Amino acid sequence: MALLSLRGLVKRFGDTVALDHLDLDVAPGEFLTLLGGSGSGKSTLLRVVAGFETAESGAVLLEGRDIAAVPPHARPLNMMFQSYALFPHLSVAGNVAYGLKRDDVPRAERDRRVAEALALVRLQGFERRLPYRLSGGQKQRVALARALVKRPRLLLLDEPLGALDANLRERTGFELRALQRETGAAFIMVTHDQNEALALADRVAVLEAGRLVQAGPPRAVYERPATRFVAGFLGGANVLEGQPDGAGGFDCPGLAATLRAEAPVDRGTAACALRPERITLRPSPLAGANASQGVVEEVAFRGDDSLLLVRAAGGALLRVGHAEEDGAPPPRGSTVHLAWEAAAVVPLRG
Amino acid sequence: MRRLPVAALGLALGLLFLWLPVLLLAAYAFSDARIPFQWGGFSLRWFAALAANARLIEAALLSLRVACGAATLAVLLGGAIGWVLARRGPFRGRALFGALAGTPLVLPDVVTGLSLLLFFVLLEGITGWPAERGATTILLAHATIGAAYVAVLVQARLAEIAPELEDAARDLGASPPVAFATITLPLLAPSLVAGWLLAFTLSVDDVVVASFVSGPAGTTLPMVVFSMLRLGLTPEVNALAVVILVLAAALLAAGALALRLARRRRGPAI
Repeated sequence: MALLSLRGLVKRFGDTVALDHLDLDVAPGEFLTLLGGSGSGKSTLLRVVAGFETAESGAVLLEGRDIAAVPPHARPLNMMFQSYALFPHLSVAGNVAYGLKRDDVPRAERDRRVAEALALVRLQGFERRLPYRLSGGQKQRVALARALVKRPRLLLLDEPLGALDANLRERTGFELRALQRETGAAFIMVTHDQNEALALADRVAVLEAGRLVQAGPPRAVYERPATRFVAGFLGGANVLEGQPDGAGGFDCPGLAATLRAEAPVDRGTAACALRPERITLRPSPLAGANASQGVVEEVAFRGDDSLLLVRAAGGALLRVGHAEEDGAPPPRGSTVHLAWEAAAVVPLRG
Repeated sequence: MRRLPVAALGLALGLLFLWLPVLLLAAYAFSDARIPFQWGGFSLRWFAALAANARLIEAALLSLRVACGAATLAVLLGGAIGWVLARRGPFRGRALFGALAGTPLVLPDVVTGLSLLLFFVLLEGITGWPAERGATTILLAHATIGAAYVAVLVQARLAEIAPELEDAARDLGASPPVAFATITLPLLAPSLVAGWLLAFTLSVDDVVVASFVSGPAGTTLPMVVFSMLRLGLTPEVNALAVVILVLAAALLAAGALALRLARRRRGPAI
């Protein structure tokens, strides 16, 4: 049975719809990332689950029980806030012990569990520090220890890595993953960073305008995006407009080419996605489907590869990846021949 | 290079301007002469006289009682106003409410005093209470003025305290009242203490409003001193000033010490 089930959640703020008939299940011990741009409703979703916001309709089921009427302090789950929300007048130990005190955990056990939680996030020796004397990374770990000390079966994390600098973010991400495995709690993590979402999650759920657009394992969502939005949001795929040609192919006037996927393209296909790194440069023109040509407009060096902006024959601007091991990228203004495999073409439904 | 003496001179003159009258006042408290500001040799007789002056002592005690009550009431009232202004979000009439709450800050004492007097008289006419103006009416008057100051302090402080802190407390198992008592209140405490002290000082200080709303039963210390000025001043007043100065200095020192200890323990709020 799912640990958490959201059924048809609707939440509006004035005229804006934050959650639009949203359904989502979270399994016990699962690491789920909620990915979306700002205003996609991902933070609202967390606040509804935590109980700080009330959905207008729909149900929040925790282990099968509707918790809509349960106030935040009585919900058996914990949340880590984006701002960390550490209590400035309490020491590190005081912050971590706060939740245990509310549950009247006896002193000896409380001390033991606080020490455990601080050991878990490697903050021994900081017990007496006040939050203002901690670095950003240390604050983040105190917030994490405070949220984990009550041993919740479900932990909500609102942009937990958002306030850290790039180096720390990657390392802390791995630590988060290890902590999640160690504690066995289900994590729901909100993020707007696609790399973070893909790297950490068992499952990624992409939100757009309060709706769940696609959910699945990171690799599946990345390789088989369902809609234009997901394709563009994850990895910046080229979204190619056009229409099915009725014979299993997809006519793309922008490329002046026909696209063919592995399976015949069905009638409902609205566009096709094509990832920049799946497009290869050819020395000579190639006949048939899944090939095009264009003029290089920009070349951007990105370290392990270069990104070319290619104006295709039909007028579409394509992002094309060019790996370093393939030699120097073609110069600006040169004409290039492009080709890709059928497996790289992903039909999109919306 | 030597610093310009002009700055030092300016500072000295400024301090002299502020403190010379007070120093003179204090010095003549120890004069044996009957007439103020005439030196008649060192004596503590005016302190003895002050200790024996039942009217002054009574007025001082009344002032303290009124000030304590008014400051406490002002903290409760002003704290509530400040909380509503900072935390209840936008509501109909919020701007008007905020402006009205701050009005006593800018209203001249004469106007405040007169309007409160008229209000109390009207109230007595309708409800029969307050039957007699005195300590109670002064206390209420001072509380309303003090509440405006407390409201400003509390609102400013609450604006610095992230509302997420209470959310975090509730998420960790604290019911709203517990979250308020364990998180918001301790963070708000310095402002509440400062507001209380401010309201207390305003109350002890006030002659104008008190004169308006007082009756035969209530004469506060400033009112007595003010009337003595007309009836003939003795260095008793000087002695009284010295006692008040010493008490105020002691209070200030204690306050500064407490603040320092609190800072060391706690550090700034987010």
